[in-house]
Amino acid sequence: MPLPPVSGVTAFIEKLYREQSRRILATLIRLLGSFELAEEALHDAFSVAIKQWPTQGIPENPRAWLISTGRFKAIDKLRRQERFKQLAQEHAEISEHAIVDGNENLDYIEDDSLRLIFTCCHPALSTEARVALTLREVCGLTTEEVASAFLTKPTTLAQRIVRAKRKIKNANIPYEIPQSEDIPKRLNTVLQVIYLVFNEGYSASAGEQLQRSELTNEAIRLARLLCSLMDEPEVHGLLALMLFQASRQQARIGAGGELLRLHEQDRSLWNQAMITEADVLVKAALSAKHIGVYSLQAAIAGVHATATTSAETDWREILGLYNLLLQINNSPVVTLNRAVAVGHVFGPEAALNEIEQLIVKEHLKDYYLLHSTHAYFLQELGDTKSAAASYQRALSFTEQQHERDFLERCIRELN
Amino acid sequence: MKYLCLVYANENNLHSLPESPHDSECHAYASQAADTGVLLAGQALQPVETATTVRVRGDQVTVTDGPFAETKEQLAGFYMIDARDLNEAIAFAEKIPPARVGSIEVRPVRELDV
Repeated sequence: MPLPPVSGVTAFIEKLYREQSRRILATLIRLLGSFELAEEALHDAFSVAIKQWPTQGIPENPRAWLISTGRFKAIDKLRRQERFKQLAQEHAEISEHAIVDGNENLDYIEDDSLRLIFTCCHPALSTEARVALTLREVCGLTTEEVASAFLTKPTTLAQRIVRAKRKIKNANIPYEIPQSEDIPKRLNTVLQVIYLVFNEGYSASAGEQLQRSELTNEAIRLARLLCSLMDEPEVHGLLALMLFQASRQQARIGAGGELLRLHEQDRSLWNQAMITEADVLVKAALSAKHIGVYSLQAAIAGVHATATTSAETDWREILGLYNLLLQINNSPVVTLNRAVAVGHVFGPEAALNEIEQLIVKEHLKDYYLLHSTHAYFLQELGDTKSAAASYQRALSFTEQQHERDFLERCIRELN
Repeated sequence: MKYLCLVYANENNLHSLPESPHDSECHAYASQAADTGVLLAGQALQPVETATTVRVRGDQVTVTDGPFAETKEQLAGFYMIDARDLNEAIAFAEKIPPARVGSIEVRPVRELDV
């Protein structure tokens, strides 16, 4: 390859780092059997590239070159450290069986990203650790970025990551894609992590900022990556669900920064490209043999997203989908959401009946949306006094400023 | 790699719930695992009321009645296994009969640094 100008090479390396470093890391973890060693190796490999490529040219297969350089550097480092003598020997033996040049089975390298995702989302790790590790290792966010997105101190977050990596090493969590019979169960924790990241971005649990688009974008990016790596209907379903929700990001905040309900939103602000993409995905997911919870929620979001006006929303279709969802996920949150559909199809009394059953069973009693939904249907029925009391109760269960503003606006509108 | 699977359960109902395993079932699972070489050692334990705690501080030995810590679920037995990795250990733990009524804590063994 002819030598491009130095600045061109630097830009090329930067681009390569942005686009490929996570995949290279994923392979190095497999080859070296350690997150720490792999991270150092990745750093070393890129350092060598910055020094060598401007004068010696860009290798024909940059990724394979970086992987093999990183691996070589790591083994070299291990060999030089006397106290790791034993370990170095083991790694040298491993590396003989796992030579990386352009010839290694490409599918095997592609699968490394999937190995990394499944390891970071292993059920033996705490949910917080799964989220932190995935954002750090799979998405390549810095510890500071992850900490600020979750309003945690960087030191706390760094500790969480260190502890998780220590567990992966000491408890010997394998670096592998689960066997096919375990995929549905293990995929579930992966999807949960992705949706958790999305939700934290879509309605941040604390702080003044309602939306953190860096998190919603990361979650969508992760789901796209997962879609490209495995053909599972629920992955498509989750991506569709997030795209439908994200399509309203511009429209759900009013001119005064206030949170707007679906029927108050200017639908021309909805992102049509996202809706179209999600619509295709959800249709494919629904034609699968087993329809999962994310696909059904996506289908429900899709009915809203494709209604031209709020009044034209097909609530019967939504109710039917909620009935299906309730069959596979009989949870209070689904029951509450279904109650809204019941209200639109059969009127406020029917909705209140459903909601009051939840209240009697003391389900979701700390959940502000239970009380605000209760209030909404009481108001529909004309019982403003009880509605006001329920909105007040809702207020006592949220610290999120936009949600508080929204509830206070509802109370003002009652009078 | 070795893992210790610690069986915890509420002693008051460990043997009386509809899902409670019979000794014969536990014995069959352990025998089969021993035959395949997975199980290195395993025993059920007498209830905690039979436990005695021993401490040595300086040259002072204290012997007290009862377990080291009072817990809602008590240690009822253990299985020491040899597994390829945590996933294999979890797969083994899932099938330990009292997992249906109690819980199994899976702990990797630490090799002594000698």
